[in-house]
Amino acid sequence: MSIWEYANPVKFMRVSGAVLPWLVIAAAVCTIGGIAWGFLTPEDYKQGSTVKIVFLHVPAAMMAINIWVMMLIASLIWLIRRHHVSALAAKAAAPVGAVMTLIALATGAIWGQPMWGTWWEWDPRLTSFLILLLFYIGYIALWSAIEDADSAADLTGVLCLVGSVFALLSRYAVLFWNQGLHQGASLSVAPGERMSEVYRYPLYLSMLGFLLLFLVLVLVRTRTEIRRRRLAALQAREMRA
Amino acid sequence: MIVLLKRDLALATRAGGGFGLAVAFFLILCAMVPFGVGPETSALRPIAPGILWVGALLSCLLSLDRIFALDYEDGSLDLLATAPIPLEGVTALKALAHWITTGLPLIAAAPVFGILLHLPGQATGWLIASLLIGTPALSMLGAFGAAITVGLRRGGLLLSLLVLPLYIPTLIFGTEIIRRGAEGGDPTTPILFLAGITAGVMALVPFAAAAALRVNLR
Amino acid sequence: MIDLGKYAGTVLAAYGVSLLLLVGIVWQSWAANARARRELEKYEKNG
Repeated sequence: MSIWEYANPVKFMRVSGAVLPWLVIAAAVCTIGGIAWGFLTPEDYKQGSTVKIVFLHVPAAMMAINIWVMMLIASLIWLIRRHHVSALAAKAAAPVGAVMTLIALATGAIWGQPMWGTWWEWDPRLTSFLILLLFYIGYIALWSAIEDADSAADLTGVLCLVGSVFALLSRYAVLFWNQGLHQGASLSVAPGERMSEVYRYPLYLSMLGFLLLFLVLVLVRTRTEIRRRRLAALQAREMRA
Repeated sequence: MIVLLKRDLALATRAGGGFGLAVAFFLILCAMVPFGVGPETSALRPIAPGILWVGALLSCLLSLDRIFALDYEDGSLDLLATAPIPLEGVTALKALAHWITTGLPLIAAAPVFGILLHLPGQATGWLIASLLIGTPALSMLGAFGAAITVGLRRGGLLLSLLVLPLYIPTLIFGTEIIRRGAEGGDPTTPILFLAGITAGVMALVPFAAAAALRVNLR
Repeated sequence: MIDLGKYAGTVLAAYGVSLLLLVGIVWQSWAANARARRELEKYEKNG
């Protein structure tokens, strides 16, 4: 019994179909619970009620990065072991990652307006997320542009690899660039240690919720891709016959 | 390999090869900016390094799709793929040819356009240096993007979308060199970073580009 | 209804935008999946 057995589309469909309902319930409970709990937390003495945005902003930002890492791993598995499910999972994850990046950017801008007095600041973190969004868009665009499914999987896989290196490189370049512009203007809000427990537990729940939500979406979208692939294969077979 | 390089250079400089178009585009871009931001030296001088670099970047983009497109259409790319030279070498050579026909003219023209944008005199040397170090990476990354999109009917726009984000680190360090040079600061750090990026790109990206080409030739 | 103070608009806008985007991606995933399943079933039934 190895994990590679799930690379078989039929087996994947069966197992994911059985797991999905439970996962949906868990994701719904955790996401809605986390966000609602976060919404009901007391105000911060400094940031007022805007502190409630953290329960959307931080989980979305966390998932934006983690989804790209997951896509990188899935692409590597496809390129090395050529499991179709893996390539389709990477394809399925990209739009979810792009939406997470958008949420992180949008909530950040809305939050930044009253706190920093500006919607947008070319702060290293913000800039890096904008670049990440560009990479997501390019990746999705490449998937939709290529007709042959296996070529598309290969090319997007290579792009994901190169893109990962450059996304990381851009992260450090941006850090360097911004320090060159205005010294020591650190606007980033570091969560974790300084947070009191009132905020920490709903945040954890919200993070778990976003993670489960991503799993649900990726499974559903991968199932969609497998079905589409099967339909295309059936139609192609009939055309030949 | 020398033969291949010579052939590519001849093709590019021949009539209809698009040689010189990039420089013309660069000139137009640099001429448009003052119309947009106003002719005052105080407005142009601080943005000159950025405009010159962004201009070089965009001019470079223009001719990228030609790197493989023609050879792909007439089938000579298939021949090259079965030739004794590894495909990695072919992509690197193609990028080199692109750099010679596009990058070098841009570098030669950049100081002149720098005058148009009131770039301070002492920064001109840094401008040439930063472009010399940075543009080979642009050509190589462009070859990678061209290799990915070569089979697509409308790959041009997609090519820009894929390649431009990859240019960000080069752009950042390139302009930083000029900015520090213009202010009389020490540009050693960005130079080292930029050279590091270019060296890394030259060493590794040919493999990715060749892999993409093999997929497209399948 | 809880009191959001002077930042009510900010907080509600952030929650609104995020929920809209989340619901959007969930709905899109679900609809695409349902359509793919319908089409596949129809095709397999008709042979």
